[in-house]
Amino acid sequence: MKLSALQQSYLNRRSNSFRGSAQLDSAADGSVKSPAAVFWLVLHGVCCLISLVLGFRFSRLVFFFIFSTSATNLYTAPFRGAAEIASHLDVRSTPVTVVASSTSRVVVGRHGIRIRPWPHPDPVEVMKAHQILERVQREQRALFGVKNPRTVIAVTPTYARTFQKLHLTGVMHSLMLVPYDLVWIVVEAGGVTNETASIIAKSGLRTIHVGFRQTMPNSWEGRHKLESRMRLHALGIVREQKLDGVVMFADDSNMHSMELFDEIQNVKWIGAVSVGILLHSTDSSATIQREGEEESTPMPVQGPACNATNKLVGWHTFNSLRYAGRSAVYIDDRAPVLPRKLEWSGFVLNSRLVWKDVDDKPEWVKDLDELDGAGEEVESPLSLLKTTSMVEPLGNCGRQVLLWWLRVEARSDSKFPAQWIIDPPLDITVPSKRTPWPDAPPELPSNEKMSDGAQTQDQQINKHSTKTKTPRTRRSRTKRRHDTKVIGVQASTLSVSEQQN
Amino acid sequence: MGPLKWALLGVLLSASLFAIDSVELRRNQPTERISGSAGDVLEDDPVGRLKVFVYELPSKYNKKILQKDPRCLNHMFAAEIFMHRFLLSSPVRTLNPEEADWFYTPVYTTCDLTPNGLPLPFKSPRMMRSAIQLISANWPYWNRTEGADHFFVVPHDFGACFHYQEEKAIERGILPLLQRATLVQTFGQRNHVCLKEGSITIPPYAPPQKMHTHLIPDKTPRSIFVYFRGLFYDVGNDPEGGYYARGARAAVWENFKDNPLFDISTEHPTTYYEDMQRAVFCLCPLGWAPWSPRLVEAVIFGCIPVIIADDIVLPFADAIPWEEIGVFVDEEDVPKLDTILTSIPPEVILRKQRLLANPSMKQAMLFPQPAQPGDAFHQVLNGLARKLPHDKNAFLKPGEKVLNWTAGPVGDLKPW
Repeated sequence: MKLSALQQSYLNRRSNSFRGSAQLDSAADGSVKSPAAVFWLVLHGVCCLISLVLGFRFSRLVFFFIFSTSATNLYTAPFRGAAEIASHLDVRSTPVTVVASSTSRVVVGRHGIRIRPWPHPDPVEVMKAHQILERVQREQRALFGVKNPRTVIAVTPTYARTFQKLHLTGVMHSLMLVPYDLVWIVVEAGGVTNETASIIAKSGLRTIHVGFRQTMPNSWEGRHKLESRMRLHALGIVREQKLDGVVMFADDSNMHSMELFDEIQNVKWIGAVSVGILLHSTDSSATIQREGEEESTPMPVQGPACNATNKLVGWHTFNSLRYAGRSAVYIDDRAPVLPRKLEWSGFVLNSRLVWKDVDDKPEWVKDLDELDGAGEEVESPLSLLKTTSMVEPLGNCGRQVLLWWLRVEARSDSKFPAQWIIDPPLDITVPSKRTPWPDAPPELPSNEKMSDGAQTQDQQINKHSTKTKTPRTRRSRTKRRHDTKVIGVQASTLSVSEQQN
Repeated sequence: MGPLKWALLGVLLSASLFAIDSVELRRNQPTERISGSAGDVLEDDPVGRLKVFVYELPSKYNKKILQKDPRCLNHMFAAEIFMHRFLLSSPVRTLNPEEADWFYTPVYTTCDLTPNGLPLPFKSPRMMRSAIQLISANWPYWNRTEGADHFFVVPHDFGACFHYQEEKAIERGILPLLQRATLVQTFGQRNHVCLKEGSITIPPYAPPQKMHTHLIPDKTPRSIFVYFRGLFYDVGNDPEGGYYARGARAAVWENFKDNPLFDISTEHPTTYYEDMQRAVFCLCPLGWAPWSPRLVEAVIFGCIPVIIADDIVLPFADAIPWEEIGVFVDEEDVPKLDTILTSIPPEVILRKQRLLANPSMKQAMLFPQPAQPGDAFHQVLNGLARKLPHDKNAFLKPGEKVLNWTAGPVGDLKPW
């Protein structure tokens, strides 16, 4: 590659390029007679041959010494004797010695490219650089970020189910990235389980993990109601322990942006942010219209509505009429899951609002105890307020969507390995029907017995001689929905689902 | 770490007390004033300290050239045009040449562009010579000093040597007619033929509006350690490397191309300015000439410039303490660049960032339209004012001739 580049550059220099070298220009003056022209042509050919043989630099050097008359000699000092050049044909290996000329320390001309013996990153230096970056960013935060950041109190209602690990890990990673102090209150329906405890233990955050007596019902309606009560229970803990900071509701299947945590630091008493609603819908081409909006937005957004002077004038809520009758009732329905009118996660509170016996609590706030005894469901933290006009719109008055709401759940009777650890390891292999392995039997073995979450089973072990495909048969599917990418396990899937029914 | 932290806080507090109001570039960051006499010089007001007379040259020397190719207003050599426009409407301008301290000749020598936009310097010596012949014939002021109280803006690669190739430029040397004049140029390298004693080094032109439209919020964390975008090998003219940038850029590439701390490549991203604002260090290595607009961009965007160019003279070096603001790396130390940069103590880095955040520092690097106090135009005038009063031997005795009007290559003597 290099040699051809050299040839290319040689030809370039022969032609009139913009910054071409002048060394061979003097060779080309005044040839008008044809014998002279022929002579030059022959010479040109000889030169090309020589350069092919000897290499570009050496041949150029030869011609330089023969033809050059210009004063560029002075400054092309790195062009030493031919022998030295020949030994330095590999340009990159050695540095050039700088000739101390009378005018300048710096010499014009070809220099070597200095490469150190092992040109790769040194891990110690990488660490030092990261420390420098960390220090610079800390300084930036101190200068431009939030002054006097308050503790973030995240409230998450959860329960042990197939997708819990998926959702809770997402929330956990978001919370781990928050640059402020954090307290994570995890309220679990059905009591504290090891499953949940093991997930949140990995966070390294300060967590308060409490159980709630009731188990999570199977309908979305019931689930929403229970979650509200669990959140109120968490607020009770905030009150009891006099936790100080900003309370935000981090539902375990929501997606939070980091700007959210910066923005909620600005809340005084109670604030509202815009929540993007990601509807899990089978007809993905549906465009949803917000109630009272002129243009149709592709994604509904719940949150505060402001007028031109950035004052709160109303609320953007979710228009569920469009989905009337088509929405999911049970958790494992395949219909779209609808949010409530105003989701809890769109609100943030100053924790002092729920403390008792605090003098500077504003008078438009009800006491938390009043809500506890109430029979009706508490739909959103707005019930804590006597008047909703004091809510502060955050995120550029609701124009920034800082978090997204999404509800995706597996079938209620789906089974998954405890703590998602498969032990002992899978040793069933099911040969694929569609791969061209010659000795694959045309039919799959059909006798598979399922046991509830148990480790042992007595299926036919059908090891393939050359390759094994990781089977998906021992544990039941989480979703009945087809995954057509899995090759050849269709039959077993069907049989499994039949068995489940 | 405790007492150090308090000391840092103390410095920050005192620095915040010195926050300087600037019209355009105010950010809410406590900045540090460049202490000592050097830094205060940036805020000097040249009005009243000098008077400049602008020669009225025929438009073939300036306006017609610009009309032929308006690209000259946007490239990095545009300082000569904007300097002319600034002087025409500046309070330092005088219409009475008898009271002028300095004389300015508006000739746009760097406006003969190739289709690619690069200036060809081949006609520039003749153009300059023709302009000087004109002013010496029509006004007596050139002849009485032979140019010692005249200044010219020559922003090309090697200044008044009028060539893009260094060997050729050195061979030509500074145009003989400009021997006694003050040159305002971007090129600066110590002990170099093309840098005359008493020249004023200016930053290359960078479009201020374009840079200001790409500003990102201050609180965006700086997560890139070292940033550079540009050529390492000039494949068209020096494919092997070794000539271009004296091998320094190629050395940077070869040593650090797989280093995660170095975000270096030859791409032209649209987010170039935004990326510079997310970087702690920005490399400013030499190219075919030692200066580059990267220095200006680094200062504007608060990225510490890492200058890899031996013996370079930076803009307004007598007014700006570049040693305290940037990091200087010898070309032979390039393989150790990562060691050098990671061994700088964090306090020093934070101090450099504070100095860079100083609005007067950023203003001094720019050529805004219309001119603003403290910008590069004013720094040039300050530099000229500092050279006053003129030396005794600036004014020649009648009949005395110093310049050789026939010196230089034969091609230069042809009329333009």
